[in-house]
Amino acid sequence: MTSYADYTTGAPVTDTKAPGGPINERWDTRRFEAKLVNPANRRKQTVIVVGTGLAGGSAGATLAEQGYHVVQFCYQDSPRRAHSIAAQGGINAAKNYRNDGDSIHRLFYDTVKGGDFRSRESNVHRLAQISVEIIDQCVAQGVPFAREYGGLLDTRSFGGVQVSRTFYARGQTGQQLLLGAYQALSRQIAAGTIEMHARTEMLDLIVVDGRARGIVARDLVTGKIDTYFADAVVLATGGYGNVFYLSTNAMNSNATAVWRAHRRGAYFANPCFTQIHPTCIPRTGDHQSKLTLMSESLRNDGRIWVPKRKGDDRPPNEIPEDERDYYLERIYPSFGNLVPRDIASRAAKNVCDEGRGVGPGGQGVYLDFADAIARMGREAVEAKYGNLFDMYQRITDEDPYRVPMRIYPAVHYTMGGLWVDYDLQTTVPGLFAIGEANFSDHGANRLGASALMQGLADGYFVLPATINDYLARNPHKDEVDTSHPQVQEVLAETEDRLNLLLSVDGDRTPDSFHRQIGELMWEFCGMARTESGLRKALESLPAIREEFWRRIKVPGTGEEFNQSLEKANRIVDYLELAELMCLDALHRSESCGGHFREESQTADGEAERRDDRFSYAAAWEFTGTGEAPALHKEDLVFEYVHPTQRSYA
Amino acid sequence: MKLTLRVWRQKNAGADGAMSTYEVDGISPDMSFLEMLDTLNEELILKGEDPVAFDHDCREGICGACSLVINGDAHGPERTTTCQLHMRSFSDGDTIDIEPWRASAFPVVKDLVVDRSSFDRIIQAGGYVSVPTGAAPEAHATPVPKPDADFAFEHAECIGCGACVAACPNGAAMLFTSAKINHLNVLPQGAPERETRVLDMVAQMDEEGFGGCTLAGECATACPKGIPLMSITSMNKEWLRATRKVAKR
Repeated sequence: MTSYADYTTGAPVTDTKAPGGPINERWDTRRFEAKLVNPANRRKQTVIVVGTGLAGGSAGATLAEQGYHVVQFCYQDSPRRAHSIAAQGGINAAKNYRNDGDSIHRLFYDTVKGGDFRSRESNVHRLAQISVEIIDQCVAQGVPFAREYGGLLDTRSFGGVQVSRTFYARGQTGQQLLLGAYQALSRQIAAGTIEMHARTEMLDLIVVDGRARGIVARDLVTGKIDTYFADAVVLATGGYGNVFYLSTNAMNSNATAVWRAHRRGAYFANPCFTQIHPTCIPRTGDHQSKLTLMSESLRNDGRIWVPKRKGDDRPPNEIPEDERDYYLERIYPSFGNLVPRDIASRAAKNVCDEGRGVGPGGQGVYLDFADAIARMGREAVEAKYGNLFDMYQRITDEDPYRVPMRIYPAVHYTMGGLWVDYDLQTTVPGLFAIGEANFSDHGANRLGASALMQGLADGYFVLPATINDYLARNPHKDEVDTSHPQVQEVLAETEDRLNLLLSVDGDRTPDSFHRQIGELMWEFCGMARTESGLRKALESLPAIREEFWRRIKVPGTGEEFNQSLEKANRIVDYLELAELMCLDALHRSESCGGHFREESQTADGEAERRDDRFSYAAAWEFTGTGEAPALHKEDLVFEYVHPTQRSYA
Repeated sequence: MKLTLRVWRQKNAGADGAMSTYEVDGISPDMSFLEMLDTLNEELILKGEDPVAFDHDCREGICGACSLVINGDAHGPERTTTCQLHMRSFSDGDTIDIEPWRASAFPVVKDLVVDRSSFDRIIQAGGYVSVPTGAAPEAHATPVPKPDADFAFEHAECIGCGACVAACPNGAAMLFTSAKINHLNVLPQGAPERETRVLDMVAQMDEEGFGGCTLAGECATACPKGIPLMSITSMNKEWLRATRKVAKR
């Protein structure tokens, strides 16, 4: 019997649909070459959009404005609650309002470098170009960005860059941008161009004759499973960080939509590229259900340190200045506390592993505002970070104005996702993936304030242009309905899966399994990965899967509001996705960005990237549950940003 | 900590509900209120009972999903969301009553889960600026005085949780509706639709069956985001202004 880890190598991905020519003309070229759909014909074409976060909300609204009939879904009770709402820090744009040397090319350069040279140049350049239009659009919608006294927009700096290009709305930028998209969406719902299904979760993808033609979804209130058909399907369902159980994701964020699409033929790219965010509130105990982020913007003014001496358990205020190690400022003098996230996280792990961590279990480092308060005054600090400080105090019962915050890295974002071409189309024709759900723009590490930028770029500007081309070339042909054998098959599979979950009647709760998978992934596929650890995880996962189907207990029925059933069904997919993440991490025996392999580091402990062997995106093809998948490589070509070992020293 | 919980249980929208009593033990003061309910639910599942349904998602106080009336107060004793309420606000041996939002415009879906789609329909009635994607002018073309921008932000912070409605003796949605109107109406971008926005949103609010405002002020006390009571006064002013302006046309 071949094991899961004995993957095969399939044909490389050669056509990304990115046009050639000078990089700053490629997006114009693609838009010009893309076919258009006559406005009168658009209302006859239906597009399904799953998810209402920044990417889905903006895409749904824009497609409806263009005249398409949009059918949109979200599992939340309202489209306004998608998890983009929790993004704190800001959104990048190459406006150069500060006259500090910023440009589209610099944002492009910073993003490619920040991603540790594992992203596609054409896509990243387009993202940088579009960034400036996003700010215009959001301001016009009434998004209340922070402003200066002159009435113009304020900006701040973020990790991994030396210009001030991050636009923000106090610590609630994601909320404000999402409400902007939600309001645009609401306008279209009122106009009747969007048919909105809230509290409805996608459970599978319908592929007919090789094209994505719809979805199977469950009404979470009545439990009714239904089919929905369209000419194209857009997944804007976010990342898969909740595979780790503890993460900064919302409790119900899940991987089911992307994983089901993967099972139906969409390649999954770079699943091991996960971002561990350096500034989260440390966990307090086993009851912990999620982790809370403290915006990276805090690193603008806060200084990170641990005691120089191991096991120094004096209260922070009693540790004199010369006995503190401001380790980021010491190791990386030019970027200091503003190094990229992967570097800051690993450095925190290193000092904690040395026994110099602070707080319960030594799993924390200080983020100290004493200097900032002395320099700017408490009021200025409060105006800038007030809501974050309040949140910290509520959770920890400690006052960060007096005592330094304690922070520790936590799973935050997944750079990997469904493989998409330049048009954001997956390997299933007619299936598109946007926002965090795709793998496109961040390579092996995402820079701060770039997720909001990408979500909105994809939804407002990229997808609405590229999907036209697909719809124009694949005009409405035969109607598909529930009686089609391929539809019947998907429907039956979904119903069988839920019925099986309900019928096992074992002795373990869904959460107990979720926690178990999460702990395994954090230990072996977290901040530092080794061959032996990953092999161990790959051995454990099939056993957990077997145990799951023997011992899971889901109370109630499928014909009602049943949150346990929702959870259990998501775990089925985590169990398979976790396996692919470990395999991807195992096969990529280099360190790059958020993926650190202990075997691949330089003499001074920095990540060692191996461009000679791994300068590609790994796109995996599903071949069956527990079956070895096939790897398709997309070689990455760098014509404009020459790969170097990243240096932030 | 050991606690006695009295929880509203209701099978579905059509069924009658009642309070049920549960004991929970081993509760840490560092747990959030929802983590305490997670503990109860894990026990219920293993006993073969139906766990308590409640809405929750981000668990960091921003999505607005969580919505419990705790000991008679929307979101409980602290001025925050239920998910950000910690068990250190309670004492060992306490009895805690947990109920859903109660308002005729928020029908119960199951147990502690209610239907707040009426809020979405109020926004759909005019809580937006009509600017299709691509039609925006350069962001710095229209400076916004900082006090106006700050006023807009202060109101835009609303998370749409519905605590204002749950706290109001009349079940009114004035604070929610006024927050959006004030956010957009103070900005130059919102000016062209200033009158229709307030008139249409207020009309929709009435249509949804929310109660009238008697300025009891409970809404602003319960609001986890601190939307001020004056927000309602500003909306009333906007409404009067719009009524007169539209009448003149």
